Amino acid sequence: MFPWLAERDGQRYDDEASRRDGRCAASIDARVPRGMLRTMAPTTFDGTAGYLVAPELRDAVNVAIDLEKPLLIKGEPGTGKTRLAEAVAESIGAPLFVWNVKSTSKARDGLYLYDTVARLNDARFNDRDIRDIRQYIKYGPLGRALLSDERVVLLIDEIDKADMEFPNDLLHELDRMSFSVDETGETITAKKRPVVIITSNNEKELPDAFLRRCVFHFIAFPDEELMKDIVRVHQPDVEDKLLSSCLVRFYWLRKQPDIKKRPSTSELIDWIAALRRAGIPVERLEGEMPFVGLLLKKEADVEALVNVKTGKLRSIRQ
Amino acid sequence: MFIGFFFHLRARGLKVTLTEWLSLVRALARGHERAQLGTFYALARALLVKKESHYDLYDRAFAEWFGGLEDQYAIDEQILQWLENPVLPRELTDEERAQLSRMDLETLQRELRERLRTQRERHDGGSHWVGTGGTSPFGHGGRNPQGIRVGGAGGGRSAVQIAGERRFENLRGDRVLDVRQLGAALRRLRRLARDQGPEELDIDETVDKSAKSGGEIELVLRPPRKNRVKLLLLMDVGGSMDPHADTCERLFSAAHQATHFQAFRHYFFHNCIYDRLYTDISRYQGPSTDDVLKQIDKSWTLVIVGDAWMGPYELGAEAGGLAWGVSMSRTSGIEWLKRFAERPKASAWLNPEPRRIWNAPTVSVIRRVFPMFELTLDGLSAAVEHLRGARLVHTEPGAVP
Repeated sequence: MFPWLAERDGQRYDDEASRRDGRCAASIDARVPRGMLRTMAPTTFDGTAGYLVAPELRDAVNVAIDLEKPLLIKGEPGTGKTRLAEAVAESIGAPLFVWNVKSTSKARDGLYLYDTVARLNDARFNDRDIRDIRQYIKYGPLGRALLSDERVVLLIDEIDKADMEFPNDLLHELDRMSFSVDETGETITAKKRPVVIITSNNEKELPDAFLRRCVFHFIAFPDEELMKDIVRVHQPDVEDKLLSSCLVRFYWLRKQPDIKKRPSTSELIDWIAALRRAGIPVERLEGEMPFVGLLLKKEADVEALVNVKTGKLRSIRQ
Repeated sequence: MFIGFFFHLRARGLKVTLTEWLSLVRALARGHERAQLGTFYALARALLVKKESHYDLYDRAFAEWFGGLEDQYAIDEQILQWLENPVLPRELTDEERAQLSRMDLETLQRELRERLRTQRERHDGGSHWVGTGGTSPFGHGGRNPQGIRVGGAGGGRSAVQIAGERRFENLRGDRVLDVRQLGAALRRLRRLARDQGPEELDIDETVDKSAKSGGEIELVLRPPRKNRVKLLLLMDVGGSMDPHADTCERLFSAAHQATHFQAFRHYFFHNCIYDRLYTDISRYQGPSTDDVLKQIDKSWTLVIVGDAWMGPYELGAEAGGLAWGVSMSRTSGIEWLKRFAERPKASAWLNPEPRRIWNAPTVSVIRRVFPMFELTLDGLSAAVEHLRGARLVHTEPGAVP
């Protein structure tokens, strides 16, 4: 069924020479008989005009959509975790429901709230017929996503902010895509399973049972090529020379071990925008870093940069 | 079938479950890997690996299974060190770029072997040797349009090469990373409990009860939730601990910033615990160890940080502390340690040295007194699990003397 994933002993030692020189990967690929290709899964998501997606992330999104599993996204701040959900919603043409998790959030808040105080108030002042409890049930983002008649995208943003038990409390609802309202005895089941995208900033460790059910992707920091494209999305008419000069300096800065808070994508975009506004010629970037405050937000980092520069930049110029 | 890969991953320490494996099989049956090993690499990772700290483990297992990770060139540590802290490359003009010698792959490989054999020191910004930021074909962070990457961050192409690059090495959980991660690990120590203390109004319950009883206000009171963990941190400083000063400092600030302990106390010691503990790193002032011990009861949790590395007499001899001029009594170091182990509810020893050298004589003696963990993120998590678990054994709140 998967000939290129054949038994280890079958392929591992039969071709010692090609394995040595590192061409093994290619030779495994070459063994796929054309006839064996199954119908390819549809690529439903492929980035949008405003959001460029790396192939690995795109595949993770598509497999999550196809297998109807929640997609858990982690990554450095500023790598576009939250923007991903917007892009997915835009690309598959579904409405986006956002649930911003806070440290006080409870799993039930996402489903529904029973507004007892309003009912109490109505009971005292005889405003409405209070026998119908349903009018006091207020649905949260997850509840609304499950009630929806069409397929929606649900973003559960920064799930790690909440209590440690929070993800576990959601397991059942995310698995079955249904929940019951205790007060009315109703059970609500999703007609179309929503696409669930969850982001985490690693503030807390997520429980294993929860992780097992997710498709997981860690957004690595974009490489220079992808970064060029990303900047161009925001600054379509940026000069090539300025862009590559900026990127060289940006990645160099990120590699300095003494710099504690490494600049991120959004900071790079701001920096380039500022350089262009001020009309700073590319040549000036050779020896200095104007507006470095846009990239480095900690005083200690700016100091570290000065130390590195006096020590090292000089040595290149010689 | 390729079930062997599943067992290989598990053998390499990735706890892939059967359910996760079956989702991968489902995804493959639906054609998600598009018959490319590169896509398969990413697909299997998305479905089987759920923590970025395990990415490196996965990369290595993948490369072992599908390729073999022997380096094409034996690049020794020394050369990789020269390639750390890269210098900023200068921009090239187009002519310069055109002038750069272009070589075919074979020539490049031959040249690289030659240079690896003859290079004797670090070179940055140059045009010949293996280095950073230059125009030589070898090294990284440079401006040569061709050439072979040596070290540095990279963009190989085939899946096995990508896996072999081990891009996620610094996300591993067995390295200590930063204060915030340590803090997050420590936070798991907290144990919220409702017990004695003045009661507070439970607003949610009050509203609920009142609503249910048709508007008659019914007050619900309950004791507040409090974190009852008290943490005592004892740290070895100076001497053999100097190489670990950075790590210890980070652990210390993580514990110090943690506001969720009912009490947090810390003292320093040198080598082993004797008559006195110190409140400053230079070890001038501090209480007597006896006084500290008296204040510790079953409501405390004890964490000791040290390499447990000393001369056997310093630990066992009755006058071990005398040699250091820090002890006036004839209590041996190990005796003090045993007393500390008895007092708190739970204790753990964090050792910044790797586990493989823990069979040194004094380390193994101390391991019999304290459960020992590596001072890494994984080790700290295990220690926290142990401390939490140990507390489950005796939870009775009345045990406080």
